[in-house]
Amino acid sequence: MTRDEIAERLAAAGYIADRELATALSLMQMLRRPLLLEGEAGVGKTEVAKALAALYETELIRLQCYEGLDQPAALYEWNYQRQLLAIQAHQGQSGADIENRIFSEKYLLERPLLAAIRRATPPVLLIDEIDRADDEFEAFLLELLSDFQVSIPELGTVTADSIPYVVLTSNGTRELSDALRRRCLYHYVDYPDVDREARIIMARIAGIGASLAVQIARMVDSIRKEDLRKVPGVAETLDWAAALVGLDVRDLHDAPDLVHETLMCLIKTREDKARFKPEVTAKLLGKVA
Amino acid sequence: MSAHAPFRVDDSGTGPDSLIALRLAGFLATLRDNGFVVGPREGEDAATLIASGHAERPALLRSAFKHLFASRKAEWDRFDGIFDAFWLGKRVRSRSMIAGAQKPADSPSLKTLRDGRMERGGTQALDQAPSLDDAPESGGGEGRMEGASQAQNVADIDFRKLNDPDQVAQAHAAAARLAQAMRTRLTRRDLARHRGPRLDLRRTIHANISRGGVPIELMRRRRKDKPLRLVVLLDASGSMSLYTGVFVRFIHGVLDEFREAEAFLFHTQLAHVSDAMKERDPARALDRLAMMAQGAGGGTRIGLCLQTFNRWHAARVIHSRTCVMIVSDGYETGDAKLLGREMAQLAKRCRRIVWLNPMMGWEGYTPEAAGIKAALPHIDLYAPAHTLRSLQALEPYLAKL
Repeated sequence: MTRDEIAERLAAAGYIADRELATALSLMQMLRRPLLLEGEAGVGKTEVAKALAALYETELIRLQCYEGLDQPAALYEWNYQRQLLAIQAHQGQSGADIENRIFSEKYLLERPLLAAIRRATPPVLLIDEIDRADDEFEAFLLELLSDFQVSIPELGTVTADSIPYVVLTSNGTRELSDALRRRCLYHYVDYPDVDREARIIMARIAGIGASLAVQIARMVDSIRKEDLRKVPGVAETLDWAAALVGLDVRDLHDAPDLVHETLMCLIKTREDKARFKPEVTAKLLGKVA
Repeated sequence: MSAHAPFRVDDSGTGPDSLIALRLAGFLATLRDNGFVVGPREGEDAATLIASGHAERPALLRSAFKHLFASRKAEWDRFDGIFDAFWLGKRVRSRSMIAGAQKPADSPSLKTLRDGRMERGGTQALDQAPSLDDAPESGGGEGRMEGASQAQNVADIDFRKLNDPDQVAQAHAAAARLAQAMRTRLTRRDLARHRGPRLDLRRTIHANISRGGVPIELMRRRRKDKPLRLVVLLDASGSMSLYTGVFVRFIHGVLDEFREAEAFLFHTQLAHVSDAMKERDPARALDRLAMMAQGAGGGTRIGLCLQTFNRWHAARVIHSRTCVMIVSDGYETGDAKLLGREMAQLAKRCRRIVWLNPMMGWEGYTPEAAGIKAALPHIDLYAPAHTLRSLQALEPYLAKL
């Protein structure tokens, strides 16, 4: 698929990509490398993976990273309880029989990473917020991403049936290792510009008028330029747009009070709230043509 | 140069393909000069990209290469300039370096640091009186005694009064050693304090399979230890210039030893210097630092720098066990109110704020600068740091975090 085809099909799947991202996705397909997405919280990094799954009409397997995430929770684990039950239920059989029974597929709990390499058609594997996981896990992941095979001592080596499309996202709460960065293609996801944000709003919110979408996008754009502690992301914009549509607002200028009251969709800290007095809202609203 | 770029070259060896291969190899070298990490696999993939028709449109090739070669935000932002300069012959933006550009030049910034280092290094023979040279080296008993007592003294001498290069070297070495010692002790105490974990049922069953599942040996859920993280903000303004040398060395030691430490340098603006400081050789670290601290030696806008820090770096570098160490004399040339506000912000985020003020050790000093007055209410520990001994005194405090 060429870059433009990808952009078109993404748009059909409800994700408005810029040209650079479309390039990244086409490279991903060509070079079979993982894609590392960095950017502020709320710019739609996770959405890229979802859109990618829609693009290839394949399954999305998600691994949410957190501090203390370890191999059993990410790769595979034996179902110990069932194994113990099976041992007790089949007492009297020969040891080899029991062993064969309890170390079989049936007792294996597949976790996201193993699931991703055992699918017949390549799925999209989303490794979300990799920066939250520990260094050790990152090193382990690196190995998996280069070989796409896992050895399970009792079963043997599982080699990938198909190489999944891997998307990693990071919020930058921890510096990632150079080795991991080198393995991946890199894309920095920025806040969308007014035009793209308006298109995103229209793609996502049913029944919103084009002029309102542009107004909302402009308003959010100027709010982002204010000195805020927590800058609103795309998800917040969509919330706000949905709220305005739900309240039957057709034009921001018609209902300045409502606009100010619904800003809670965008502004989420006390300091920012205190700074956004009605006059500030009115001033920003004035700039939105 | 082209050894790392395994391209397919056409048979004749002189066709357009081989030309492109050469050009590409040159580009890879340029990227390496600019601090990008480019391995043979990247070279191979780049060749694949060119072969697959990406080279027909420069913008497409640039975007494709950018995803391939950049691996962090800073590189992402710089890439276009480097690409344009190499392939399209446009002038590169002033900050980026291009192939074969000069090594970090002498900069007026941090000049004192560099001078101190130079004197210790190659030019020593020229600059110094011979008597100084042979005092510690001649094997005589007197000489040794003198050396030992000198070392003792160094701990108590105010850094700004260290002017003998030997003493400076000693102080630097001591600062590095101190940082090392702090690291080991801090981690050990951390382990000793551990207590009270919960049961982990899943792992208990797993561990007791050999006993038929009877939970004899209990596994407990261990909370992963978050190592103490130290974030150092060092004032590199003119008024601090006599102290920066020793502190840079100290910070270098700390970064080397603490697995989790970040360093920032500020004067009129803030610079993230952890990468430069991670250079193993302290002299090279100083070199890189001198480059990054361009503009140092002027006034200090602590408030503004803290604002930048809070806004852009705090979320990444501060976690629940972070101690922020600010080394500054507190002379704020900007708005003191802003400093107060930003200090309050910072205090909310991190575990402790330590403010080290070299001038506190001076006789008759009272914190009267507007900056330090505004900051004081938010500081957990306000301590002098004009001698090695005073640095040492910090350690027990850090251990309690």
